[in-house]
Amino acid sequence: MKKRFILSGAFISVMLLLPNYAFGMHIMEGFLPAGWAMFWSVFSLPFIILGIRTISKTFKENPNQKLLFALVTAFMFILSALKMPSVTGSTSHPTGAGLGAILFGPLPMAVSGLIVLLFQALLLAHGGISTLGANVFSMAIVGPFVATFIYKLLKGTNKKVAVFLAAALADLLTYVVTSIQLAVAHPDAVSGVMGSLTKFLSIFAITQIPLAIAEGILTVIVYELIVNYQKEGGYELEKIN
Amino acid sequence: MNLKKSTKNILLILVVVLLAAVPLLVLKDAEFSGADGQAEEAITEINPDYEPWFSPLIEPASGEIESLLFSLQAAIGAGFIGYFIGYVKGKREVEQKVLNDK
Repeated sequence: MKKRFILSGAFISVMLLLPNYAFGMHIMEGFLPAGWAMFWSVFSLPFIILGIRTISKTFKENPNQKLLFALVTAFMFILSALKMPSVTGSTSHPTGAGLGAILFGPLPMAVSGLIVLLFQALLLAHGGISTLGANVFSMAIVGPFVATFIYKLLKGTNKKVAVFLAAALADLLTYVVTSIQLAVAHPDAVSGVMGSLTKFLSIFAITQIPLAIAEGILTVIVYELIVNYQKEGGYELEKIN
Repeated sequence: MNLKKSTKNILLILVVVLLAAVPLLVLKDAEFSGADGQAEEAITEINPDYEPWFSPLIEPASGEIESLLFSLQAAIGAGFIGYFIGYVKGKREVEQKVLNDK
């Protein structure tokens, strides 16, 4: 009891000292029990390894793809740094993972996402090292797989709509997964996992809806740019699609 | 729609700006704290005995420093995208010129 008192006292004083202290949206350092933290790390690792292999294969076949890969990673850097206000009166940020997944497939984005999440966990105290595996899984694995799937499903109809929906749904589902990860680790004493899930979904997923739309729009703009300057960039889009 | 590509892009970017601006204008009393901070509260509510077992290795010294690092992250990304656009645009212009001179 005393310990908790000191802890909350410390927390309050931190909040008072840092009135502008901004939060983002990955699972916070230390907020997944060790077992779950370990589980998600082990689960995410193979995707990272396969991602690195896919990237080096792609680069070997066409060194010009490096430019395009740097571009999609840069896009992820920007979007995951933009903490935007939302309709729920809180803030969150997009992920930027959809664009790369549409162009390179899901696996390479696991690596880009890991870089972004490491940057934020180490320097910004945003997300965390203990929760890195879980955050990689939601943002850099589930998101890109969703984007690739939606894009492949719809690209025969209207390309722009396909790109928009792929990016927006990847963004949204990332936070649905985050909510599930938190709910299974922290089930409600009365209403269980489902009760917790409703709570976390109302925090993360609803906040994310307008942001997902914004991400979809920005992804379409950059995608058009990439297609338009395909010849000059020297990359091959057909090959990776 | 027969709009110019740049006009279309400006309109699209305007929509993105509106998506961010409307909540700020409509929800005057909202705190706009981070969703993860609220999740933290929810966890404490669900599971009052839960104590984070690991804390960040380095915490930004203040909210300002954190903003600095977030803008640095965005700047790195934006810097590269700017480089890319300049590179492909310049290349196209030069190639067009070579074609015209022939």
